[in-house]
Amino acid sequence: MEAPSSLPHRFPFHFVNLPSEQLAHDIAKRSILVKGMYELWGEGSSYEELKDSVLSYPDERKFPYLDSDSTFKITVDSFGKVISLEEQNELIQGLSYIPFKGRVKLRNPDHNFWLIEVDNYGGNNGLPPIVQKRIFFGREVGGADRKLIPTYQLKSRNYLGPTAMDAEMAFLMANQALATSGKLVYDPFVGTGSILVAAAHFGAMTMGADIDIRVVRDGRGPNCNVWSNFKQYGLPMPVGLLRADNNLPPWRPTLKEVFDAIICDPPYGVRAGGRKSGGRKLLKGAVKPYTVPDDKRTDHIPSTAPYSLVECVHDLLDLAAKMLVMGGRLVFFYPVLREDDFAESHFPEHPCFKLISSSEQILSSRYSRVLLTMVKTGPYTEEIAEVARIKHMEFKENHVKWLEDGNLHSAVFSPADGQLTEAGDPKLIKDPKPKYRGKYV
Amino acid sequence: MRLLTHNMLSSNIKGVVNGFPLRIEAEKVVEKTVEMNGEFLKKMFEKVDWKALVDASRAMGYTELPEEVDSSILDSDEFLNRFHHALLELHLEEGALVCPETGRRFPVNKGIPNMLLHEDEV
Repeated sequence: MEAPSSLPHRFPFHFVNLPSEQLAHDIAKRSILVKGMYELWGEGSSYEELKDSVLSYPDERKFPYLDSDSTFKITVDSFGKVISLEEQNELIQGLSYIPFKGRVKLRNPDHNFWLIEVDNYGGNNGLPPIVQKRIFFGREVGGADRKLIPTYQLKSRNYLGPTAMDAEMAFLMANQALATSGKLVYDPFVGTGSILVAAAHFGAMTMGADIDIRVVRDGRGPNCNVWSNFKQYGLPMPVGLLRADNNLPPWRPTLKEVFDAIICDPPYGVRAGGRKSGGRKLLKGAVKPYTVPDDKRTDHIPSTAPYSLVECVHDLLDLAAKMLVMGGRLVFFYPVLREDDFAESHFPEHPCFKLISSSEQILSSRYSRVLLTMVKTGPYTEEIAEVARIKHMEFKENHVKWLEDGNLHSAVFSPADGQLTEAGDPKLIKDPKPKYRGKYV
Repeated sequence: MRLLTHNMLSSNIKGVVNGFPLRIEAEKVVEKTVEMNGEFLKKMFEKVDWKALVDASRAMGYTELPEEVDSSILDSDEFLNRFHHALLELHLEEGALVCPETGRRFPVNKGIPNMLLHEDEV
């Protein structure tokens, strides 16, 4: 999938060779960012060259789409320049060398043809220049469903949380996870279910957990909760939702390799702070844990402690290594400070996983988030489990230290002049004192 | 909560050795129709703890699952229908999951089990 080397890197098209039109349809159907797929009938750097190229394209590839029983439409599109309606009409008239026999129909024609001109931007609109003029003519084979994103956009969603995943991004994540019918997809930080909605749209069975009962159970009334978000779009409900802490997952010890994909946006503490079980105990350090009086056990709401980014990612990778099937995918967002040298070596690693893609989304001058896609390539062994267990204990013992190290919120929101001294040593981050139960975590 | 979820959960209270299966206390069981997917069922058949599923379905008032099974039974459509019903359509709306070792009740409200531990259990 590569443009010819003569074309610049930021060219708006990719050239693909596909074995069948059906395959092109299938790809287009799952596409989110691909606007259209075209069977290229010809191209050239001038309209004369385009004509020669189209004429030399095999007739048996063209004639089935030109016959008199069909309807068609030609659209003129351009990148880097504006073509007036008059010019567009002239250009369409100029295609008379193609023997169109069908009837023109502007709404829902049988065949859509595109004449696309890419030109030198001339440096006048701030976009990177395309080196040379290029003209393409082709037949539209398929394209992303243009109604998909508007249908699912968050502003029409009944139940939203502060960090609900943008619909387009949720679909991209579901695609990275290869969500499809017959697969089981899990989100350990399910929130209002926005990522699972996208996975369910593609036919996957979904399951989610969250530490916050208000989010997963109560919502804002009978028609405004996680379930209603699925009902709203006529999607199958999640097969399981539970209140659980990913730091102390309640899965039965003998269970493994059950999820086909894990997709999530972990609470790394910039917009919503991560919480885990055990607040009071950790707050008082070595003091004996708070004992809940027997008469208060039934409705007791356990306190929670802030969850450091490092520990959160460790738990996620350990869970995924154990619970994903071989070849299953872990898709999640990972925050990076943009002062850091952006390199793959900075991303979390795990012996069971191979990183197959990373896509940066710049969020501010200070930090970005990267969508990581990892494939499970190795089995979860006793040794890996043991290493994870030791690490888990280390996190428990050095809770405050890890919080300081992993306090992304401070790094992102602290005053700019402090950044210089902080970059080298995360311990110098201003006000690293963990605050319990507050929003500043 | 579907029995698929029940089959995956255990009591993870600190010190508990045999936290599975959680005993079901059913107060309100509802049935929710789910589209059947044979491929999914066959995969899940390999993963579920069969005895726990049979016992759980009985606690929910469903007695059609056979006690003993092997993978050859997957060729039977009748079996797949029953398995599908037990695994995905029986839904515990209100009740509790009880830790077999300590008797600790994990409440299930509005179909969602609360597996969160108290401070002195972690």
